[in-house]
Amino acid sequence: MNGVHDMGGQQNMGPVVYEKNEPVFHAPWEGRIYALNRAIRAWRKWSLDTDRHGLELMTPVDYLRMSYYERWVYRLEAQLLQYGLVSKEEIESRKADPGSPKANPALTLATSDRWLNRGIASAHDPTVRPLFRVRQRVRARNINPTGHTRLPRYARGKIGVIVRDHGVYLFPDTNAHFQGEKRQHVYSVRFAAQELWGEHASPRDSVHLDLWDDYLERA
Amino acid sequence: MGETRRGFLKAAVTAAGAAATPDLDRAQAAGQDQPHAQQTVPSDLTLRVKSLESLLVEKGLVDRAALDALVDTMEHKVGPRNGAQVVAHAWVDPAYKKRLLENAPAAIAELGYRSGQGEHMLVVENTPNVHNLVVCTLCSCYPWPVLGLPPVWYKSAPYRSRAVIDPRGILREFGTQLAEDVEVRVWDSTAELRYIVLPERPAGTESMTEEQLAALVTRDAMVGVTKVTFPPSGGNQ
Repeated sequence: MNGVHDMGGQQNMGPVVYEKNEPVFHAPWEGRIYALNRAIRAWRKWSLDTDRHGLELMTPVDYLRMSYYERWVYRLEAQLLQYGLVSKEEIESRKADPGSPKANPALTLATSDRWLNRGIASAHDPTVRPLFRVRQRVRARNINPTGHTRLPRYARGKIGVIVRDHGVYLFPDTNAHFQGEKRQHVYSVRFAAQELWGEHASPRDSVHLDLWDDYLERA
Repeated sequence: MGETRRGFLKAAVTAAGAAATPDLDRAQAAGQDQPHAQQTVPSDLTLRVKSLESLLVEKGLVDRAALDALVDTMEHKVGPRNGAQVVAHAWVDPAYKKRLLENAPAAIAELGYRSGQGEHMLVVENTPNVHNLVVCTLCSCYPWPVLGLPPVWYKSAPYRSRAVIDPRGILREFGTQLAEDVEVRVWDSTAELRYIVLPERPAGTESMTEEQLAALVTRDAMVGVTKVTFPPSGGNQ
């Protein structure tokens, strides 16, 4: 989706605001919403890719206005509803519907360590063959999907060189939408700064992106 | 129809401007002392999150003890001190550094730090000729096991937008001056791979212990916005 979240190369966003000795969470609610978002995923109703897309679905105005963890509040409420873990009445009243079945938490203190250290959205699969090889010149495809994608706008149509094959990963564009894992190779692709930003960029500098087979074509 | 549409858009844009402008003014006035200065956090978030947690506990969807543990882990168990240990160990042990550059998750696990988000981590090494900078332009990907949760600035629009198009400008903003002939490599974390910068060991630290070295290594240097300095420049964590 060509959303406001795809920020690479945008201008006029202002100076970086730095906070000295920044706490991990600025208020207790930030820690709680962080933990709720992580714990609820143990139900496996959606993937990390779906979670990322949940933020992209916010209106641009909301996305820019809200703090990072406020977006997480918005997203969790939206996804709990969308994937049927709570009802609209429950979200609004903050009370469990009378007679609704009580679940047992998918993530408990006893299982949290194992859950937190398990793999996410990655895969090792020697049966999946790479479509490209290291040192090959490639072009990032000019695609504009309306769903989730991890191919930023600033790289589309640009030519780069593969510097490393990272192995096999799930394809976010389909995995986010429950359309399959579509396992494929991901590569580190080096784009010269001048290829991305024009002749005024430094001739020495580069940006590396991690890109899936489906994002690339021969150049 | 056209007029109505235009009227609607104008109202929407005005509303957006009204919401954004006071924050912008505050951010500019407050400078660096105001966390969250560019964002508005309604005070009812405390209540909203508390009541959401109660609902999910009541329905048996989450376990309070597990939530407590998740928060505790991020506040007390992982953080940039982990990464600093890794960097310092790589500085004093060339064989470890080699393993770290070849297989970061395994080498990091040797020191007892395990992957919590993103199985795969890559360490990119700064040299006199190459400076690395890490960003996630699309969201907030960050090497949790070694650095903890990212700071607000890393997740902010100014950093995410500019790190790829003007990395040298970002570096200058952080007080990092690079010679023209130094190559800047930006790593945009678009997949499930997390990047950590291995900073250069500063001159004058030859006789220091690993522990003393680790105390010099900052979060910012491992993201690549600064270098490790000796004596330490102070400021960041």
